[in-house]
Amino acid sequence: MRTAIFPAQYKYLDDMRDFAGRAARDAGMDDSKVYAVELAVDEACSNIIEHAYGMDDGGEIECTCETEDDRLTVILRDHGKPFNPVAVTGPDLSSGIEKRPLGGLGIYLMRQLMDEVRYESFGEAGNLLTMVKYKRCK
Amino acid sequence: MEITTQRYKHCDLIGVKGRVDSYTAPQLNEAIEAVNKAGRYKIVLDLSGLEYMSSAGFRALLVGQRNCRRYNRGEIVLAAVPKRIYEAIELTGFTPLFKIFDDVTAAVGNF
Repeated sequence: MRTAIFPAQYKYLDDMRDFAGRAARDAGMDDSKVYAVELAVDEACSNIIEHAYGMDDGGEIECTCETEDDRLTVILRDHGKPFNPVAVTGPDLSSGIEKRPLGGLGIYLMRQLMDEVRYESFGEAGNLLTMVKYKRCK
Repeated sequence: MEITTQRYKHCDLIGVKGRVDSYTAPQLNEAIEAVNKAGRYKIVLDLSGLEYMSSAGFRALLVGQRNCRRYNRGEIVLAAVPKRIYEAIELTGFTPLFKIFDDVTAAVGNF
């Protein structure tokens, strides 16, 4: 298990992706799965920065990666406002260019790329977003 | 991320290298807007040097495409899209919104 704490700012997204991507690679995942984990973590953290912290620079995101035989689990903890990405309805991906929604794409991607996404809010203990990627396709 | 813009007779070529995420996507927005401000709306995005793009980048593409296509004055087309990025574009259902070419020459020739 490995844990790192990052300032909740967009300029640290690179570091957050690298951290989770290394864990995925060390877990034996191929390039496609490593990319999926990096993208999902980026989208999740971008949402925390924008919605949980409301772009307030003072917050932090704690990222924990845990490898088991069949899976990698990424847990993101923040202390911002509760924002449950799992409860957000998916964007309409069939509409034309003018009506295509700009929001919700990141959350949609995150849910598509990971095998499980769970969200829990513990008040002062923070909000936990848990994402699981299986090493083999289910 | 690194962005270069070149003007051709019938279109503008914007090369995007490196990683596009929530931090760097505003620069991509600005590059497209700068071309539009010059009254030009036919744009080829050369993505051959792109390593990574998150939904923030896809949003920049969508906003740019809306603006370019308005009044039928032009459009953004994509060239040399790396495999992983193509897969993510496909996942977000964006493939019907952009013409995608294997290489820059074919994309420029489209205009």
